[in-house]
Amino acid sequence: MKNHTVAIQAVEKKRSGSLAYNQRLAPYVFVAPFLITFILFFAYPVASTVLMSFQEVLPGQTKFIGFDNYKKLLNPTFYKAIANSAKYTVLTLLVLIPLPLVLAVFLNSTFMRGKNFFRSTLFVPALTSVVVAGTVFKLVFSELDSALANTFIGFFGIESQKWLGQSSTALLVLVLLATWRWLGVNIIYFLSGLQSIPTELYESADIDGANTWDKFVKITLPLLKPVTIYVLTISIYAGFAMFTESYMLYNGNRSPKDMGLTIVGYIYQQGLEKNNLGLGSAIGLTLLGITMFINLVQLKITGQFRKGD
Amino acid sequence: MPQTKSWSVQSVLLLLLFAAIAVFTLFPIYALFLASFKPSQELLRYGLNLRFDTELMSLKNYAFIFSGDASNYFGWYTNSLVITVLATLLCLLFSSMVGYGLAVYDFKGRNLIFVLVLIVMMVPVEIILLPLYKLIIGLRMMDSIWGVILPFMVAPLPIFFFRQYAEGLPKDFLDAGRIDGCSEYGIFFRLMAPLMAPAFGAMAILQGMGAWNNFLWPLIVLKSNEKFTLPIGLATLLTPYGNNYDILIAGSVLAILPILILFIFFQRFFVSGLTVGGVKG
Repeated sequence: MKNHTVAIQAVEKKRSGSLAYNQRLAPYVFVAPFLITFILFFAYPVASTVLMSFQEVLPGQTKFIGFDNYKKLLNPTFYKAIANSAKYTVLTLLVLIPLPLVLAVFLNSTFMRGKNFFRSTLFVPALTSVVVAGTVFKLVFSELDSALANTFIGFFGIESQKWLGQSSTALLVLVLLATWRWLGVNIIYFLSGLQSIPTELYESADIDGANTWDKFVKITLPLLKPVTIYVLTISIYAGFAMFTESYMLYNGNRSPKDMGLTIVGYIYQQGLEKNNLGLGSAIGLTLLGITMFINLVQLKITGQFRKGD
Repeated sequence: MPQTKSWSVQSVLLLLLFAAIAVFTLFPIYALFLASFKPSQELLRYGLNLRFDTELMSLKNYAFIFSGDASNYFGWYTNSLVITVLATLLCLLFSSMVGYGLAVYDFKGRNLIFVLVLIVMMVPVEIILLPLYKLIIGLRMMDSIWGVILPFMVAPLPIFFFRQYAEGLPKDFLDAGRIDGCSEYGIFFRLMAPLMAPAFGAMAILQGMGAWNNFLWPLIVLKSNEKFTLPIGLATLLTPYGNNYDILIAGSVLAILPILILFIFFQRFFVSGLTVGGVKG
């Protein structure tokens, strides 16, 4: 081992003139792309959005207006946007964590045939863009009696619905769209978690006479915790960042009574359509506050703080 | 216990369950495919349905797209291909470098940089859309593909993923490479990167999908019709004043193709790549 190090040092000495061989410099070259983009496209924009949230930003001139933008936020449209995003997020979590978890366990079971086929098939919706998926869902859930969704409920004797025109079903369509697109992806995440559980654990549980349910609760669930936290985190993020789905279903920000307006939709509307960058920034920072708060609560509950890495 | 693959009750039930889910999954795509052969009046009158009416069906919609005077469809397609390939390659190159650097070297500031990566990962991009928009105007990159690509060239999730993966690489290779006279960058590109092939495969799918289907940021940056990407172009076909469903539906079917091919090509890396590197926590 010592000779080894000596040999390396000898080579190193020989090459020390050349930058390409400098071991102290190399890591900084490797991380440089991140550092540059972090400063230019993250730190600077975050600082600038904080500043803008206290300004009235007009072409050619900006003026400080204190907390006026934040005061303007206290309006029914903003509450509606937050409520919509929150409801959507909670509902997607309720569907898109337990369901894919259980399905992944089934798919991983020894009784399952055609695993590879189903794994690929369930992943296909994620490959379609939201624009395509949104168009399809818009047509499936159109008001026409002959549209797919209305034909389907017609079998059960339920009358045709104006799916996208009433707030209860509008949210349902959005959640269904999310389920359709992300079910397969989440199944793959859970499947990858399941495959890293050593089979010996189940074998020794078998010897101890554990039944299937015991094994699921005492081995599978605890060992899937890291994956579950990961899926939870990205799902919360995706829920609050939802925009395009609603944009596609409602031809832009044009949902009746703002039933499809999300927080990001409100940023887009105020900041880009009405060119009010100050107010838009204030909305953005509120969204940051909400997600940070949820992240902290989640970290606290799941005990990630104690892990120390 | 030896696993006997017999048609037990469990396996039949599981098969039925997953067949039902597969139907739910593939139905909308099948309906879209079917509709792409029908005239748009049919769609407006009956919505998306499963009427299999061979007399109505024709290749007219596709012919209309391929005739080139329908819209700038192939211009959008080309833009999307260029942006997807560039964005994916650059993101894989830079993110793998950063992830590898964080995993393999012990250097001052390493932990700080990793924490910064985690912070970027936790903050929704959407909150900095407006300042980024201002910045892109300032950099005179509005309505250009660089304005779309540059801000997201280095992404935190792939960095995190490549770091996890690189931590599992045998460190002896580093020393071996050094003794053989390889430079630090040579070690990465010629020794370590090939070992990370499954990680590159998995990330190529994720990033390629993301870039091909990206909507909100290109919508903000791209202003002129000939610069549009496919999703933006397709979305402009849906207007409050009338919908060009004939181009839209057939165009949507063609839009799924490249990403489907990419998926089929890299599929075998996907689950294995995620298992080794990704989400073990």
